[in-house]
Amino acid sequence: MGDTATEKPVQAGAAATAALLSIENLRVTFTGLSKPVTAVDGVDLALARGEVVALLGESGSGKSVTLRSILRLHAANKTRIEGRIHVDGVDVMALSPGELAQFRGKTVSMVFQEPMLALDPVYTVGQQIIEALRRHEPLSKTEARRRALALFEQVRIPSPDRRLDAYPHEMSGGMRQRAMIALALSCNPRVLLADEPTTALDATVQVQILLLLRDLQRQLGLAMIFVTHDISVAVEVADRVAVMYAGRIVEMGAVRDVVRRPRHPYTIGLLSTRAHGGKLAGTRLPAIPGSPPDLANLPPGCPYAPRCAHAADVCRAATPPPVTVAEGHVVRCARTDATASL
Amino acid sequence: MTPLLEVRGLEKRFTVKKGLFGGVRSYVSAVDGLDFDLHEGETLGVVGESGCGKSTTARLLLHLMKPTAGSIRFAGHAVGSPNLPLKEFRRQIQMVFQDSYASLNPRLTVEESIAFGPMVHGTARREAVPRAHALLDRVGLHPARFAGRFTHELSGGQRQRVNIARALAFRPRVLVLDEAVSALDKSVEAQVINLLLDLKEEFSLTYIVISHDLEVVRFMSSRVLVMYLGRVAELAPTETLYTQSRHPYTTALLGSLLSMDPDRRTEAAPISGDPPNPIDPPAGCRFHTRCPYAEAVCSRSAPVLTVEGAHAVACHRHNAASGSSGASQTEAV
Amino acid sequence: MMEATIPAIPVMAVAIRSPGYWKTVLLRFARDPLAVAAAAVVLLLILMAIFAPWLAPNDPLQGMTLRRLKPPGTEGYPLGTDELGRDMLSRLIYGARISLFMGIVPVFCALFIGAFIGITAGYAGGWLNTVLMRTIDVFFAFPSVLLAVAMAGALGPGIFNGMLALTLVFIPPIARVAESVTTSVRSLDYVEAARASGASAMLIIRKHVLGNVLGPIFVYAMSLIAVSMILASGLSFLGLGVKPPQPDWGLMLNTLRTALYTQPLLCALPGVMIFITSISFNLMTDGLRSAMDIKA
Repeated sequence: MGDTATEKPVQAGAAATAALLSIENLRVTFTGLSKPVTAVDGVDLALARGEVVALLGESGSGKSVTLRSILRLHAANKTRIEGRIHVDGVDVMALSPGELAQFRGKTVSMVFQEPMLALDPVYTVGQQIIEALRRHEPLSKTEARRRALALFEQVRIPSPDRRLDAYPHEMSGGMRQRAMIALALSCNPRVLLADEPTTALDATVQVQILLLLRDLQRQLGLAMIFVTHDISVAVEVADRVAVMYAGRIVEMGAVRDVVRRPRHPYTIGLLSTRAHGGKLAGTRLPAIPGSPPDLANLPPGCPYAPRCAHAADVCRAATPPPVTVAEGHVVRCARTDATASL
Repeated sequence: MTPLLEVRGLEKRFTVKKGLFGGVRSYVSAVDGLDFDLHEGETLGVVGESGCGKSTTARLLLHLMKPTAGSIRFAGHAVGSPNLPLKEFRRQIQMVFQDSYASLNPRLTVEESIAFGPMVHGTARREAVPRAHALLDRVGLHPARFAGRFTHELSGGQRQRVNIARALAFRPRVLVLDEAVSALDKSVEAQVINLLLDLKEEFSLTYIVISHDLEVVRFMSSRVLVMYLGRVAELAPTETLYTQSRHPYTTALLGSLLSMDPDRRTEAAPISGDPPNPIDPPAGCRFHTRCPYAEAVCSRSAPVLTVEGAHAVACHRHNAASGSSGASQTEAV
Repeated sequence: MMEATIPAIPVMAVAIRSPGYWKTVLLRFARDPLAVAAAAVVLLLILMAIFAPWLAPNDPLQGMTLRRLKPPGTEGYPLGTDELGRDMLSRLIYGARISLFMGIVPVFCALFIGAFIGITAGYAGGWLNTVLMRTIDVFFAFPSVLLAVAMAGALGPGIFNGMLALTLVFIPPIARVAESVTTSVRSLDYVEAARASGASAMLIIRKHVLGNVLGPIFVYAMSLIAVSMILASGLSFLGLGVKPPQPDWGLMLNTLRTALYTQPLLCALPGVMIFITSISFNLMTDGLRSAMDIKA
């Protein structure tokens, strides 16, 4: 990582002034386990106003951990976070607990994967939104309720007035997710973080929620970071995609570039294993061999090398530095020469 | 050729509320009149969203639950009849469950889990354990490394391979895959799908693939059954279903597939609302509350399954006898 | 861990066999310093009870009224004497025998009976479950102290009657825990898979249910040992259970009450022993419960 340290700060500095959210050299290590595990190992990310970035990866890639670090949701005594996170000029790592409580919800807000777990089951959804509103703004109960009603209309919940008084378990999955989006947007955040918000939903509901998020993002000019394991979700929602593997971003660029001209062997592998279309029926899927990496026992060098068809000795010797293969398209691979022709 | 499985009028009701003195107040019809055949050697895909009854169907097929009504015949015989005792039936049809962790007894080693099945059916231990080792090898897990391990030491993909080996140890004819790859990472999912296809050829198996993932089902199946709220919506050969779907729900489901082209993103959701609650289903055609083509007859009576060659649909618009105005128009298709 | 054959990885010559379940639990338990310390204390107490005749300096039953209520530190009597002049140290050591006995035996008897009822009810489900569990609930509705006192009172004083009463008191909670654990295990996929294999109900219970169910039930029962000891002490304190002049911590608490204002330290001693024993059992079972909670 030594050679990248010299180029990174310059880029980050330039990007940081324009970016709404910038993450520099983020390293997250969980110390509570029998052996410390580095879940995120040197992530750099810049998010401009009104931009949507998708973090794409499988289990163990570090995508959710990255997201949660922005809101400092990890247990402080079991986690060690290094690096810098700036949102709208504010250094997130330096916030006091009181400032952090203000920051969450007002500047940056999050939508979770499982609404049943994120919403409090003993309060109605209306009560939870009103509580969030009154915490950040001096509103009376009636005003807060009016705002909550407007939010429910914005997320297209039918019969919103009646639904405000419903408990989470009385609502269907799609409805709950809309309620959670309303809760997340209640205090007009600048950045919305979404942690696999549609993974637990049925196909017909997923497409509705994704379109809703896209419309809301356009309307409100929100910046969004969207974590997903499904490439098609990234294609539908994102402007840029960052593919993560073993705690690092291995490929990043405009969604068009990454999906049409992938240059990292992992991204190429992911795209070709999709069982899409009837064209492939009757044959076998081109599968990536091996298993997802064991973060406690990473091999030296590129973490993808054990599974990579193009791995060479240079890959196993040291972690590959980022290589710019096209405008705005960066790949962490030592074998981009091999993938150029695919 | 007798179909391997013949399902007629299958129903399963779960009681939700009991009246004061034991009378049933309200119930959920998880499966409400299912009719289909399973032919030897094919792969039947079953798709549908939550509440459609596909998992309940899987358990009914395996006789893990007693149906409220209807019949299931295996190779022409009723289960439990003298020609087909229950224990023998259990040897012929096996299931791979979705939760790879919960499907394995955490107290048993991998080889003990796999050898349990054959031993129940009379195979001696000294024969069952080597068979377990051979199967482990066949599913891509080196016996020396994995036979003596426990469930919690394996990854999700490895556990699912063990589950497949465990099901195959019975030497069954039918394998029901209930969301068998849904919980796996995409890179591992492809490996397991390939393995399943290889095994199907090698052991001459018949598969029922239950999944919410339409792409996986399309890749693996020869015929696909679409379920909605416990009933069959459509049943057709795979390519016909995916390219010329007739039931509005199938069309909507296929339209919900996300785009892979950044320049041609999905602009509108094909249907609105959530899948309805199975406790209080709509009258008549279960889908009519969300259907863009719904007519008066749709809310009055439930459509029957109209069969045209290999393509079956339960929709008034495709049934000339229903009196639907759409029927005469779609006849030409 | 890789399944695909990649030439760089050498083929294992020796088979990997993981340590069995209980061995893994023991290893995890051994890594918890608090639990190990508690287990050591329990072991010491049990040894003390077994080797009482060799450890006690004096006869616990023989007392000289001349030397009554001597404070701890008196020559010849390291922990003083009780109200009848008997050596406190010897009585405490001998008292461990009865107190531990009355703590452990009723719980183990209740474990056998309660587990049998609970597992049967849990696996069978349906009306059998309802009949068994609602009967159990009737007994469970009574507070345990009240129930113990009522039964011991009805049966009459004496150690055997006291233990019988305690056993009956502990059967309902153990049965409830057994039923609930069995019901939850029964709905897990691997039991469904075992049913789908054509195995008989007895085989399924033996191979798949028991192994996964006895652990939590056992740990719960162990946590009741401390309760049983305290209840037994309570019974003795009330005059039921152990009869004088037998040394028993609870009984000693009762008889030393008279000396509460003159020799408070003496009165506290039996209570301290009860406290140390019960807290050690509790910490040990807590450690066992954590050790058994093996997640992937």
